[in-house]
Amino acid sequence: MEKDALIGEIRQRFAAELESDTESLGDQVLIVRREGLRTVMAGLRAAPFDYAVLLDLTCVDFLASENRFEMVYHLFSLSRNSRLRIKVSLPGGNPVVDSLSGLWKNADWLEREVFDMFGVGFVGHPDLRRILMYEGFEGYPLLKSYPWRKEQPLVPLKD
Amino acid sequence: MSGFDFLSTRFDTALGWARKFSLFHYPFITACCGMEYMSAACAHFDIDRFGAGLTRFSPRQADLLLVVGTVSHKLVPALKTVYEQMMEPKWVIAFGACAVSGGIYQNYAAVQGIDKVIPVDIYIPGCPPRPEMVLDGLLKLQEKIQKEGQDWRWRKTP
Amino acid sequence: MASRIQKEARPDTMLINMGPSHPAMHGTFRIMLELEGEKILNAEVEIGYLHRGFEKTCENKTYFNLLPYTDRLNYVSPQINNMGYAMTMEKMLGVRVPGRAQAIRVLMSELSRISDHLTCLAAMAMENGAFTVFLYMMKAREFLWDVIEFTTGSRMTTSYIRIGGVRADLHDGWRESVKTAVAETRGVLKDVHGLLDKNQIFLNRTRGIAAMSKEDALSYGWTGPCLRSTGVLYDVRKAHPYAIYDRLAFDVPLGEYGDNYDRYMVRMREMEQSLRIIEQVAALIADTAPAIGAEGIEPTEAVRLGRQHKPAQKIRLSPNLEGSEKDRYPELLTADAPVCVPPKEDTYTTMEGLISHFLFFMNGFGIRPPKGDVYFSVEGGNGEVGFYVVSDGTDRPYRLHLRAPCFHLLSALEQLIRGRFLADVVPTFGSMNMIGGELDR
Repeated sequence: MEKDALIGEIRQRFAAELESDTESLGDQVLIVRREGLRTVMAGLRAAPFDYAVLLDLTCVDFLASENRFEMVYHLFSLSRNSRLRIKVSLPGGNPVVDSLSGLWKNADWLEREVFDMFGVGFVGHPDLRRILMYEGFEGYPLLKSYPWRKEQPLVPLKD
Repeated sequence: MSGFDFLSTRFDTALGWARKFSLFHYPFITACCGMEYMSAACAHFDIDRFGAGLTRFSPRQADLLLVVGTVSHKLVPALKTVYEQMMEPKWVIAFGACAVSGGIYQNYAAVQGIDKVIPVDIYIPGCPPRPEMVLDGLLKLQEKIQKEGQDWRWRKTP
Repeated sequence: MASRIQKEARPDTMLINMGPSHPAMHGTFRIMLELEGEKILNAEVEIGYLHRGFEKTCENKTYFNLLPYTDRLNYVSPQINNMGYAMTMEKMLGVRVPGRAQAIRVLMSELSRISDHLTCLAAMAMENGAFTVFLYMMKAREFLWDVIEFTTGSRMTTSYIRIGGVRADLHDGWRESVKTAVAETRGVLKDVHGLLDKNQIFLNRTRGIAAMSKEDALSYGWTGPCLRSTGVLYDVRKAHPYAIYDRLAFDVPLGEYGDNYDRYMVRMREMEQSLRIIEQVAALIADTAPAIGAEGIEPTEAVRLGRQHKPAQKIRLSPNLEGSEKDRYPELLTADAPVCVPPKEDTYTTMEGLISHFLFFMNGFGIRPPKGDVYFSVEGGNGEVGFYVVSDGTDRPYRLHLRAPCFHLLSALEQLIRGRFLADVVPTFGSMNMIGGELDR
């Protein structure tokens, strides 16, 4: 289905969970409420939207704003050759969101990476632990509050 | 007395000659410099003509540790283990700017030079170094090995 | 690290650790295996040994400065990463790149793609015992890197493809170097086909091993040659054409079973298609008179004369990486917005040129995209390389995220090797082309 029909269908189907939808430089963006994420994702994955591929899953830390974290998901539909960006805002105090590991298998590692780098929790993730940093590393490196050059050596370093 | 010194210097020279032309290296490859290591080891730039062609993938069998590429803090325990498993005499070459000093990465994740972890003999700068620079570094290491010599304290009477 | 496998393993099985420093673990990668004899009961993969803080570093560097960091992501095909980043920023800034620069970009990308596939298959073959294949492919790679080196100055990490175009024009005599490179690569591919395609040992180690179904591959987010080996046709160059790919004729090879042999064969066929693209692009790039050769005396001659008096004649500087650039700028770099370094003739001779130079490099000035975010992807050696950039209007990115193709490929590794033998890990892992710089960022 073409773009306008698609957006109309999405707005209709997910009216309760969708906060807004915009277009940014040619990419379609949906802003979804945190509670409705699972419903929207499961619905988008199924027919007729058919977003079979979770391209990317990441997080942005807006330190200055009240809703500190923004999860960004990129979905791709092979049959319709179209991409979709979905954003969810999370509060800084308790950044927890539903895990998508039941829907797409690569969500497992992607969510572990976001947890490792930002400290965002994922409800329903089978095995949430650090993936890129090592055990014993304190803090979450990609937070704006983490100093860029602060090293935490595992082994005492010589000079 | 002088007869022994003459023999020991001759022996040192022979030992240096033998060691420098039969280096078994352990390529501890991590990152982009690995591609230039592969180029240096292959037919075009051939590290084998300097006697250092045989790659030993076990630290117990190697005497040259080639640390190629960025070493992150997560990898340091593995690097130390590999270095400690090697037997004397052993040498270390820091290959590439990241191994020498952290390179372009000065942040929470990369070690600012592997000489903070293990002692290094030769530093080969470059990002990545051209294979000719690698061979130059190897030749300098060979000069160093030639001059090293054996520890004769066990033989000389006090 | 107390890993999941150590907690889950049965007491009567053997736990073996492969890596992080291991000959077959291309770079640093750790696989922990629970073995019963030679059979793998359970596997756990640990990554992050090459995490170099790319994304955090990018938040602290200007858009122009962080270009060398993108080289070192997928370090076997650096120009493709450069191109991905440059095109993402061009989308955000809304600048158009001149036609010649686009053609040169495609040429460089395809040369990189061939080097990527050559390195992957060479390493995979070497680990399976076919050392000759490794040496042949490295030989071909040297010819490709010669072309790249004469044009850009560096063999590997070049930072050549800039935001707005390319850094310099192709070098003098590029047609001959490209022709030699293509001929050598074709010869090597023919030899390797003869050595490996019907080789019973290679077939035993790769045919039917670690097969992946289409649905699983899509669920894991696979893209690139590994996805195409399962039979799914998705190539970013065809699906969302960028640069001049829509004007070029090339096929996208597909596999059938998604096993190791298909991944090998898809890469071999893709290299042939890349060679086709290179020949078409070479025909498209015109020989313009100012590009190839400037007139004047040789620099060494000028130095010799200069010892007595300043030479009256013009000096024949290569218009490639040094010397006169201004004439070439309209064809190589965009004039849409001040996103590229101003030409040195202006910087050193006129006041306006000097000011524009400072306005490009000063802290707080330079490339400042409008607030917003953008996602753009190109077809890398491993699949869809995507850049997601969030800008807050300043000269540094607020957030830069790389969609790394091999991150998704390797999340499926545990599933692929479970139930297989220990020796199958090596060709499986080799055929997936793990690149540490991209995986761990």
